[in-house]
Amino acid sequence: MGELAAFVILSAVILVPAVIVVTSRNIVRSALSLVPTFLGVTGLYVMLHAEFVAGIQVLIYAGAITVLILFVIMLTEGGSGTMVRQVTGQVPLGAMAATWLAFLILVTLSRTQWPVAAGPPPQYSVQGIGTAFLTNYVLIFEVTSLVLLISLVGAIVIARREE
Amino acid sequence: MPKVVVDWLYVGVFAVVGIVLTVIPLVVVWLLAPRLSLPQKQLTYESGVIPFGQAWAQFNVRYYLFALIFVVFDVEVIYLYPWATVFRDLGAFAFYEMLVFLVILFVGLIYAWRKGALEWV
Amino acid sequence: MPWLLEILKAIGLAVLVFTFLAVVGAMYGVYLERKISGWIQARIGPKHVGPYGLLQTIADTVKLLQKEHITPRRADAMIFNTAPLIVAVAALLDWVVIPFGTAFGRVLVVRDLNIGVLYFTAMASITVIGILAAGWSSNNKYALLGGLRSASQMISYEIPLALGILWVAMVAGTLSTVGIVEAQRGGWFLFKVPPLGLLAAVLFLAAATAEVNRVPFDLPEAESELVAGYFAEYTGMRFALFQLGEYGEMFGMAALGSVLFFGGWLEPNLPAWLWVALGLAALGVAAFIRFSALRTVYLLRPILSLATLGVVLCAVMALGVAFGRAPVLPSLLWFFVKMFALVFFLMWMRWTYPRLRLDQLLNLSWKVLLPAGLINLLLTGFLLTVAR
Repeated sequence: MGELAAFVILSAVILVPAVIVVTSRNIVRSALSLVPTFLGVTGLYVMLHAEFVAGIQVLIYAGAITVLILFVIMLTEGGSGTMVRQVTGQVPLGAMAATWLAFLILVTLSRTQWPVAAGPPPQYSVQGIGTAFLTNYVLIFEVTSLVLLISLVGAIVIARREE
Repeated sequence: MPKVVVDWLYVGVFAVVGIVLTVIPLVVVWLLAPRLSLPQKQLTYESGVIPFGQAWAQFNVRYYLFALIFVVFDVEVIYLYPWATVFRDLGAFAFYEMLVFLVILFVGLIYAWRKGALEWV
Repeated sequence: MPWLLEILKAIGLAVLVFTFLAVVGAMYGVYLERKISGWIQARIGPKHVGPYGLLQTIADTVKLLQKEHITPRRADAMIFNTAPLIVAVAALLDWVVIPFGTAFGRVLVVRDLNIGVLYFTAMASITVIGILAAGWSSNNKYALLGGLRSASQMISYEIPLALGILWVAMVAGTLSTVGIVEAQRGGWFLFKVPPLGLLAAVLFLAAATAEVNRVPFDLPEAESELVAGYFAEYTGMRFALFQLGEYGEMFGMAALGSVLFFGGWLEPNLPAWLWVALGLAALGVAAFIRFSALRTVYLLRPILSLATLGVVLCAVMALGVAFGRAPVLPSLLWFFVKMFALVFFLMWMRWTYPRLRLDQLLNLSWKVLLPAGLINLLLTGFLLTVAR
């Protein structure tokens, strides 16, 4: 009962700002509305007892990615507060497509059997995650460093080319 | 209720109570302070000069580069947190794995340094 | 309904911690800053309002409560109003994981999160969003630039801050603040793995100073140059909320520093003869100032007071250790002594170093502190696993 109430509150905290992100005419306000969305997702992770993931969600999404988005927005024309048209003449077509997709998703969800997994839930503690990626998932871990390196190099190449 | 949920429930309550308690002085000001809206008071502050033009800054790619390099290294730090708590129990090979990880990202830092992405001017 | 009880307890603790932050952190922090700055600059500082000027900040707060809230024309009012709240609440949220001491067998901490120090860095990084929002919504070119530069500085120093904290997490084997203090029963982390502990502490302190925008890293809000940067357009109580956030964060960083490197609430584990020796040294300093021509020098009075307090403290400690009482003085006292010592150190740095230019600041972070932090981690990792 308490869990349901918590889930409903967190969903409201996630979905209402998300709607503002998509429909607001002020880009900076739209970007800043991402922050409550990310914090709501943190709450959902906590309800799943995954506290390390919750911590890094706040650190990376609300702390780093939002800052990156805001930097870019504030330095371009959107940062001058000019109003952006979010609603164009394609509303009826878009609404039809969205309704059809929502209907498909709801039907699929209600018709699927959701089996309960056997065995204990995976280790979500910091020690558990550390042991996992240093023993069972080492290759993925090392490849992640390569992915980070490639993204760093790629962004620098693109940004420097415009000098 | 499991400890994790109670911990973060406290965090949530702290955030809400913090917002309420910081709004209280603002409400006090709204009650006590004068509110005389003159056009001169509404002018943007620019050391005595009347401001001209839109209030936005010239785009300079260095802000974006610093934020991007920060995101990459922040993700690296995230991998360091679990490693720091368990590496002693796992022995030497855990250290060597992290050494490889850090060396690859160190190469990235040196690349950024040499390409001038860390220069402010 | 156990969750209702927890919520009520949480509300009580939140009000308590907020009051502590507002009174000790903001009000007396500002008073201390003005008095210590005055002392270093050979002047007196506030002295008229109340005995020794102690009520000065209360008077300032009452004054600020009556000042008009001016909102610049064409500023985005909603974001303009919420930005100070983000900064102040982020500073308050930092204090959830700081342990104040032990009493009646339990640790005095709001909640001992398993990811304690990771949570602290996450809250410190939320402040950046508040600063960007404040700078942009003022509709002022200089506030916007100040906000962007301040944000660049703060994100650049978050990595060295995390690397300093990670060193401690490596040596302690846990991310929980209470666990880190408990792991220091055998000796402060400042002195563990000899030069590397000191290096990690220096990294942490430098990054902490930059995170709270204090000199030598306060170019974005340089009062003598940029007219307070991102909060140029904020008047009255909103400005006071930014200061509450900044001072609360500074005290939080000092508290975390004392937890990570100086043993938190633990008493220094020195033998009785060492306490006697320290007490005699302090007595010598106090006597020298009191009974020589120096007693007329007004500036040395604080040193005289501190030396006298030192004598009393060492005497009590020496007696207590000699009689075998395990912790002689309450742990809360030690925590506050260490936290205020670090705060004093931060304030001392303000008037000792010149302000760094923004590119020097960023070079220091990315080209010096970041590689040093990584090498520190690798060396310590090597020493703790391979070279056993």
